Amino acid sequence: MAKALADVPPKGGFSFDLCRRNDMLVKKGIQLPGFRKTGTTIVGLIFEDGVILGADTRATEGPIVADKNCEKIHYMAPNIYCCGAGTAADTEAVTDMVSSQLQLHRYATGRESRVVTTLTLLKSHLFSYQGYVSAALVLGGVDVTGPHLHTVYPHGSTDTLPFATMGSGSLAAMAVFESKYKEGLSREEGIQLVSEAICSGIFNDLGSGSNVDVCVITKGKTDYLRNHQLPNPRTYVSSRGYSFAKGHTEVLSTKIIPLKAKPEVAVVDAMEE
Amino acid sequence: MSIFEYNGSALVAMVGKNCFAIASDRRLGVQLQTIATDFRRIYKIHDKLYIGLSGLATDAQTLYQRLVFRHKLYQLREERDMKPETFASLVSALLYEKRFGPYFCQPVIAGLGDDNKPFICTMDSIGAKELAKDFVVAGTASESLYGACESMYKPDMEPEELFETISQALLASVDRDCLSGWGGHVLLVTPTEVQEKALKGRMD
Repeated sequence: MAKALADVPPKGGFSFDLCRRNDMLVKKGIQLPGFRKTGTTIVGLIFEDGVILGADTRATEGPIVADKNCEKIHYMAPNIYCCGAGTAADTEAVTDMVSSQLQLHRYATGRESRVVTTLTLLKSHLFSYQGYVSAALVLGGVDVTGPHLHTVYPHGSTDTLPFATMGSGSLAAMAVFESKYKEGLSREEGIQLVSEAICSGIFNDLGSGSNVDVCVITKGKTDYLRNHQLPNPRTYVSSRGYSFAKGHTEVLSTKIIPLKAKPEVAVVDAMEE
Repeated sequence: MSIFEYNGSALVAMVGKNCFAIASDRRLGVQLQTIATDFRRIYKIHDKLYIGLSGLATDAQTLYQRLVFRHKLYQLREERDMKPETFASLVSALLYEKRFGPYFCQPVIAGLGDDNKPFICTMDSIGAKELAKDFVVAGTASESLYGACESMYKPDMEPEELFETISQALLASVDRDCLSGWGGHVLLVTPTEVQEKALKGRMD
């Protein structure tokens, strides 16, 4: 019984059970697998009445494109979003975890979450893992103190900036920002500049690709523009595709299991009785 | 050698019109030596939810046992089956818990949701979810499976056509992979029935 309870951890935290075995395998000359990365271009900028975040949508595993249209702008709070680069599992896990902490904090205080709170939660988690949780983030949001944009590095250091880029395409995107960013951009100009920076990453960095996602956060309103631009549509669509005749594949055995329909539960309105 | 190449595997799941199919090869090997030719790496969680576990077979079986255990606890507490999305989050959480000493498994999850909406998903060995609308692949034959599926897949296929497509994609791909093959298992799940078929393939 004690063993069964031990299998269901009462709270979170990493388990290092398999580390010794895995180290042994490495010593025997076995390669450990690579993880899914988001070799990424993510950007953010502050414009006249809020923050705009942008991301490409390619996920890679080594040189293979694992996902052509993934989501890299993660929800933190209704007024705060966060772009993630680095190991996909880490960015996903760290943003999910902090976003639920923020939700609980909102339930407890009844107030809108602040960007600095999010930033502190993120950086203290990342710092405590000394860079081994490899998440590089661009955090943006609008709270009671106005618009904020931060970058968070895997080791837990942070920057506060008017415009920021991260990921393998950060240099390409920063080149666009450095030459064209100015204070007090309008909403349209901002979205245009962010899209341009992401496209520069998509076309000049091999780790980034596919589509442009944009998220515009203003006071009291958030617009998540998923696939705002689709600069790389499929070019090899055949009109008919392959079609295989029925019974073409050689089958050795077939087992058909009929599924029982779920019994309908009669809903009786208690008030009518 | 990568640890994923120790046993060898090929896994693929595809979405059709109100149905899905999940398929795997049947080989279990130790590097280049074949140990079994009727090996199962697709496991049933409940009638409309299946998980395929590619990678190191010992870890796959351990992980499967933990998943069944957690699903049974859920059934006892909730008196219902898990939704595919919920189950995917469970798998992801179990894998991410071992972030710094992972199970060498890449899962493929396929299921029908409440309104018989098909759901497919894959993950890396530390639980980074990848949700797809069309098809997902895993295992040592994944690169050739990407190619085969990318060209053979069509949206909204009926069950019969979906079966032919996934079978042909699988058989074509494992022929280009030394470590997987020996025919295949295909599970075709529609709202009314499950068809389980064994495919004939090359035996070299």
